[in-house]
Amino acid sequence: MKFSEQWLREWVNPTIGTQELMDQITMAGLEVDGFEPVAGQFSGVIVGEVQSVEPHPDADKLRVCQVSDGKQTVQVVCGAPNVRDGLKVPFAVVGAVLPGDFKIKKAKLRGQPSEGMLCSESELGLSENHAGLMELPADAPVGQDVADYLKLNDVTIDVDLTPNRSDCLSIKGIAREVGVLNSMLVEGPEIKPIEAVHSEVADIRVEAAAGCPRYLGRVLRNVNLRAESPLWMQEKLRRSGIRSIDAAVDVTNYVMLELGQPMHAFDREEIRGGIVVRMAKAGEKLVLLDGQEVELTEQTLVIADHEKPVAIAGVMGGEHSGVSEKTNDLILESAYFDPITLAGKARYYGLHTDASHRFERGVDYNLAREAMERATQLLMDIVGGEPGEIIEVVSDQHLPEDRVVDLRSDRLYDVLGLEIDRTTVEEILSRLGLHIDKLLKAGWRISVPSFRPDISIEEDLIEEVGRIFGYNNLPVTEPTGALGLRQQDEATRPVSAIRKFFVDNGYQEAITYSFVDPKVQKLIDPDREGIALANPISSDLSVMRTSLWSGLLKTVAHNQNRQQGRIRLFETGLRFEQEGERIDQQQMLAGVVVGSQYPENWVNGRRTADFFDVKGDLESLFRLLGIEIQFVGSQHPALHPGQTAELLRDGEHVGWLGTLHPQVQKNLELNGTILMFELFLDSIVTGYVPNFKEISKFPEVRRDLAIIIGSDVAFADVERVARKHAGERLTALRAFDVYEGESLGEGNRSLALSLFWQHPERTLTEDEVHSLFNGVIDALKEELGATLRS
Amino acid sequence: MENLEQLVQDGLAAVEKADSLQALDQIRVEYLGKKGVITQQAKTLGKLSAEERPAAGQKINEAKGQVEQAINARRADLERAAIEQKLASESIDVTLPGRGQDLGGLHPVTRTLERIEQFFARAGYTVEQGPEIEDDYHNFEALNIPGHHPARAMHDTFYFNPGTLLRTHTSPVQIRTMEAGKPPFRMICPGRVYRCDSDMTHTPMFHQVEGLLVEKDVSFADLKSTVEEFLRVFFERDLKVRFRPSYFPFTEPSAEVDIEWGREADGSIKWLEVMGCGMVHPKVFEYCGIDAEEYRGFAFGLGVERLAMLRYGVNDLRMFFENDLRFLRQFR
Repeated sequence: MKFSEQWLREWVNPTIGTQELMDQITMAGLEVDGFEPVAGQFSGVIVGEVQSVEPHPDADKLRVCQVSDGKQTVQVVCGAPNVRDGLKVPFAVVGAVLPGDFKIKKAKLRGQPSEGMLCSESELGLSENHAGLMELPADAPVGQDVADYLKLNDVTIDVDLTPNRSDCLSIKGIAREVGVLNSMLVEGPEIKPIEAVHSEVADIRVEAAAGCPRYLGRVLRNVNLRAESPLWMQEKLRRSGIRSIDAAVDVTNYVMLELGQPMHAFDREEIRGGIVVRMAKAGEKLVLLDGQEVELTEQTLVIADHEKPVAIAGVMGGEHSGVSEKTNDLILESAYFDPITLAGKARYYGLHTDASHRFERGVDYNLAREAMERATQLLMDIVGGEPGEIIEVVSDQHLPEDRVVDLRSDRLYDVLGLEIDRTTVEEILSRLGLHIDKLLKAGWRISVPSFRPDISIEEDLIEEVGRIFGYNNLPVTEPTGALGLRQQDEATRPVSAIRKFFVDNGYQEAITYSFVDPKVQKLIDPDREGIALANPISSDLSVMRTSLWSGLLKTVAHNQNRQQGRIRLFETGLRFEQEGERIDQQQMLAGVVVGSQYPENWVNGRRTADFFDVKGDLESLFRLLGIEIQFVGSQHPALHPGQTAELLRDGEHVGWLGTLHPQVQKNLELNGTILMFELFLDSIVTGYVPNFKEISKFPEVRRDLAIIIGSDVAFADVERVARKHAGERLTALRAFDVYEGESLGEGNRSLALSLFWQHPERTLTEDEVHSLFNGVIDALKEELGATLRS
Repeated sequence: MENLEQLVQDGLAAVEKADSLQALDQIRVEYLGKKGVITQQAKTLGKLSAEERPAAGQKINEAKGQVEQAINARRADLERAAIEQKLASESIDVTLPGRGQDLGGLHPVTRTLERIEQFFARAGYTVEQGPEIEDDYHNFEALNIPGHHPARAMHDTFYFNPGTLLRTHTSPVQIRTMEAGKPPFRMICPGRVYRCDSDMTHTPMFHQVEGLLVEKDVSFADLKSTVEEFLRVFFERDLKVRFRPSYFPFTEPSAEVDIEWGREADGSIKWLEVMGCGMVHPKVFEYCGIDAEEYRGFAFGLGVERLAMLRYGVNDLRMFFENDLRFLRQFR
């Protein structure tokens, strides 16, 4: 809400400066977003009167004017289209300085001397309007400083109000706050009932009382809408961010700003029969004041005549029934519309108006009559006219209930953490208009006024006392509650430990969006459908990720396009999957590696990272977590068919490791061999708590063997067979060489293994070891077709 | 005995000339071994009288000692020289860079989150998680934001269907935590949140930390100390903090928290909004089945990117999600 400081000070005028005033209301919860002087910086501009206008002898568009400054008359050359005899205008005399440090000097324009300049609104920094000269009222005193005349020593203050404070969407409301904060009386203009001078009344029928519990209408006959709003009103509107349109619209806007009641004026001639407040019928259409035609829904409350809707209630009037210069008779509307009925309606039609903003937040439900009287008076002052009786249709049962709320002093003190003096509490409450009905034994019974729809429970009152007393005047104490001791599961590692592992191993953490490009996701995860957003921000962020890979690969692309060749990234976060009715949201851990395994260095620094580098990292991670994971050759649509491992824990799937499929890589325009892994975090974070085993005092025995075996036999199978036959005293089995070469024959490879045995209680005999070792060799021969390499 | 004198002289000269440990050892055998020439002199003692023998024997021993000492000294020299030669051959350019894996780094948002979590963990708060695809009830309804509430419009919600959405704040985790347990509570919930908004100062995804404390006797004054202490610890400065009345449907009273952040042109304090907070609204307790007469609580929420930007001087929010390595590497 924007308002003029001067206007506010007409209601309440504390002896504090602008900055202090703004700080004060900010700290009361009405946050000042900014402020702006209402005009540019200028000096030497006075009210001038144009006395004659002659054509310029050498320029078609210029005129030579004689302008009086009240003492003398000087010649000014002017190009504005609206310059004319008798016009009063802002006149920048020689020596004046206009906004932008523009100095006015004697000049010659196309040969004609010119002493000074006649100004438009934009030249004085009042508005953007530079279509012509600013026209001052006929009674403006010639010679008076324009800044004084227009009272330009004023600022527009912009308050960012929270949605609960609809009571402050008016000068009256903000003045009330300022009055409380400075312990001052607040006084607005006197508003008196206006007597009817004729018996014509508006025919009003309210068919939707729940949406419109109160509707007031009044006929104002024989108005002259060619009459312009007075400059003071135009200026107040302008300084509050509202453009002057015509007297009828200006007055309704003025009353809305002043008191907080949105109003509307209809051209009576265009209302057929009478006014009906009802819900729209499906398919009804209405051309609004802004020119757009809307098709109404049955959920929309409308003002209609006996034939058709003429306005969306509380949002915007129709074009057809709006007032114009030709309007003779007005019907003025002042109503209370129910916030819930209006909620979201303006937005549905792509609108947001000053009226809808207020009605959605809740207007004072007892304000309509006062506003009607105020508007009538202002209109009569400007456009004349004959007022009729106010017709009020009210449904008491649908009006908000009057609220009575008890405030217990104990509760107040407990919540705020301070005992506030009773008289201070009472002073705050009553200045806020919260009427103390009754003093209770330990508190107060409060009647909540109709302009505070936000207050309905005790806590609301506590907040009122707290904020006026000042949050920063409340004490600061430590919470005293006892701290419960928490369970700590030693076998489960926190995610932070996993992150640290990757950081220590050269991975950079990334955080990518949870919504991704469906095209990329389709490439990576063609079998699963990402859950689609109904209102995505853009098509490339429109489905929820089913894998963290989409975001990570996009990150690889981003960095490869910026000359980053060596990329090691990891991310943790949710992936989303629709499983029937249920949405499955799983914590994942994923990574990508591309480029050299080590930072380029002076020995072997350019070796490209391969599958086994990343596998080694994962194996270290699993050791850290204390878990056993099997890597099983498998297939995944995003991965290279010959370089894909499925990760299993006790036979259960826990993730994937592999090389990005070259075709997918090409489609994504990525470079290099890209290694990727993704794991279900919850499946891997829990390992075991160590359990000490006696250390053997007896020697360990090592035996090596080299076999030639089919290349299609997995090492895992070799290991499985060897372990099965190596007996329970086997302590380790390692591969120390893998070799493929022509000498071994097509489809074969050589594997060198070392086996270690140790007994906890005695030295193993040569025979024992020999027999176990031979058993392993025989089994490898028989079960896997291995031959011993000589 | 002149002979002995001569032998010693010869031995010492030989030791002097020995240029390797082997040569030296040969000399030792030649002079001092069992059959060494000096050792052999002992045989001449038999020819001497009993009176002469001790003096002669002593002379021989002295001669042996003299040569032995020379041998030891020479050995030490030769060994030292050998080590020095080896060392010289092994010298490296220590200024060449080391090898091995580089260090990675945490994302600045995670780095910030971890600092926040550490602070609250020390104060006895648990860290809770919740779903990011939320239902309307937990994201709005139970937080006292009914369907028609104007606050909904400020949330710019991403929807999947009318009842399902991406959480717009971490506050629903408050509700889920209270539903699942019994008071008292001390918890924070860090996590991703989503708003349908994208420009210079908004990204459609960002991070929040929600905090909740529910106990029998807790006041706004306790909330103030918690927030103030957190901000001072986080920024490692004794900065000025102020509480400004504000509005959140799920707290009452509510406040926004500003910190002192430099000065305005006119010398007055420049305030920056960093957090929102308040006392838990009785309606929220009601939704969670907690007696608001017995328990009170406070809640607070903060934007992680905002704190990270202030802490590390990052000037463009969008950089957090571009994941440009040149940006990320600055935070390891």
